[in-house]
Amino acid sequence: MSTTALPTADAVLQPAGRRSDRNGGSTAMRTLRYVLLIFFLLVVLLPAYVLFVTSFKGLGDATPSRAWSLPESWETAGWGRAWEVLSPALLRTFSMVIPASIISAMLGSMNGFVLAKWRFPGADVVFTLLLFGMFIPYQAVMIPLVQLMQNLGVPNGVPSLIVLHVVYGIPITTLIFRNYYASVPTDLIEAARVDGAGMLRTYSSIVLPISAPAFVVVLIWQFTSAWNDYLFALFFSNSRNGPVTISLNFLASGQLQNYSASMAGALIASLPTLLVYIILGRWFVGGLMAGSVKG
Amino acid sequence: MVNRGWRSWGPPVLLILPSLILIGVFVYGLIGVNFNTSLTDQHHRIGGDVAYVGFDNYRTLFQDDTFVYSLKNLLKYTGAFLVGTLVMGFLWAWLLEKGVKGEGFFRAVYLFPMAVSFIASGVVWRWLLNNAEGDRAGGLNRLFDQVGLGFLQNQWWTDPNWGVVAIALPAVWQLSGYVMALFLAGFRGIPDELREAARVDGASEWQLYRHVIFPQLSPVALSAIVIVGHMSLKVFDLIMAIAGQTNYTTQVPAIQMWVEFTRGDYARSAAIGTILLVIVAFLIIPYLVYTYRQERLTR
Repeated sequence: MSTTALPTADAVLQPAGRRSDRNGGSTAMRTLRYVLLIFFLLVVLLPAYVLFVTSFKGLGDATPSRAWSLPESWETAGWGRAWEVLSPALLRTFSMVIPASIISAMLGSMNGFVLAKWRFPGADVVFTLLLFGMFIPYQAVMIPLVQLMQNLGVPNGVPSLIVLHVVYGIPITTLIFRNYYASVPTDLIEAARVDGAGMLRTYSSIVLPISAPAFVVVLIWQFTSAWNDYLFALFFSNSRNGPVTISLNFLASGQLQNYSASMAGALIASLPTLLVYIILGRWFVGGLMAGSVKG
Repeated sequence: MVNRGWRSWGPPVLLILPSLILIGVFVYGLIGVNFNTSLTDQHHRIGGDVAYVGFDNYRTLFQDDTFVYSLKNLLKYTGAFLVGTLVMGFLWAWLLEKGVKGEGFFRAVYLFPMAVSFIASGVVWRWLLNNAEGDRAGGLNRLFDQVGLGFLQNQWWTDPNWGVVAIALPAVWQLSGYVMALFLAGFRGIPDELREAARVDGASEWQLYRHVIFPQLSPVALSAIVIVGHMSLKVFDLIMAIAGQTNYTTQVPAIQMWVEFTRGDYARSAAIGTILLVIVAFLIIPYLVYTYRQERLTR
């Protein structure tokens, strides 16, 4: 398998035109296939239905017998309560996720360039050692990490989380950029070298201008994973200075099960990443591919 | 391309050095410090006088029934998660692979749970996996009852033997689309000529899969196993969101590590972290070595 070139969904997932004639067997088989596809579609969407419907139910409407019915009357109290709890956290999450994604994308781009196109002895070993950091369970570093961050004087909450997402994002961002740059023709780089351009010149005038697709993929990836992170948030923040996952779990795990507020909260907390997915879906899938299909 | 001398490899090393230092300290350095802590008797927050106790913390962990139970839970969960995502992911990819109308739409829907956090999906899955049955049943139990599948009602994650497998259900829901995308890319990477050649040779549909398609898909399957597998071994968010940290039937090492941390038992917590790392390393290191060798071959 060759290295993923341009990381968009269409590049990897779209059927080739000539394949359309291979529509696989009889009409019965085709019908069966669609029946299955639609069945699974409904299964996948089932939780979304529950989230949506329950979020609009009033407190009295939550009896088990009406669990799967539409609301008796569409109430927005749950949404109001959820917004009250989550809105400060949403703002904090944005202020954490945006700088974290941008910084780690820049680091990843420089590393990827060096490891793909301006290599040094042992570059492959270095790359493999970096990659290992992507897979470790963070539980294996968490206790000294808490102490290290205290010693460095990084305050809990947003600042800590920015540092952590940048540092632990290095392996994946490096991987995506490295795979992307591997598809850039080496002649282009060599030509610049022959013309006497140094490494930084080559990087800034040749490589960086064609990096936009990889930047989009990496930014989406980092945005999503930092937004959805709970583990670091739990160790390095609380519901007063932490991101939205902390506030959502706080809202949802209260003693009084306010299902409409919890479900509205889950929708609110997921909206930014869902929007990114809907609008930039093909790049999102590209990130998934670039992060795994390699070598 | 690799020239001798500082002039040629100095600049790239300098450019990547900040990242190397960060990973060196935050990954490798801290793994070392954590391991060191796990060899001490620091069962309290404040440092004070700490003595080395060798592997005592590991010994007590493996003699602790709850910890052994949590390891078994992790194994069951990972098995269910892996089988579930691979089967569903393959099935979806196989259904879509031959080109259907609205493929992009199906793909997008199957994949959307991936964009949602485990905490958010945990909110709805806790509701779906409500363990009440009969008249009081809610969630999936109620749905089963309403569509005439009442016998499927069960205790979900509160069952002491298989409860943790119920947690794999939302995980499968969330990650199957990802595995589908991997397999779909794999299917489309198979040259048409290969299939045609097999057909010309008179291969049956099953033989075609057995001898042509499955072998071609195996690198993708390997990637999927490694990626889903390591996520599975680290399961934490989903259990926190659905069952909470105190629930016995869904104990796994990552949860216990957090609980020991909140108690201030740093040594024990550090030991659990190290055990988890060793488990994940068994999966990851062979994979990294394998990809490293592949890279060398193709260079």
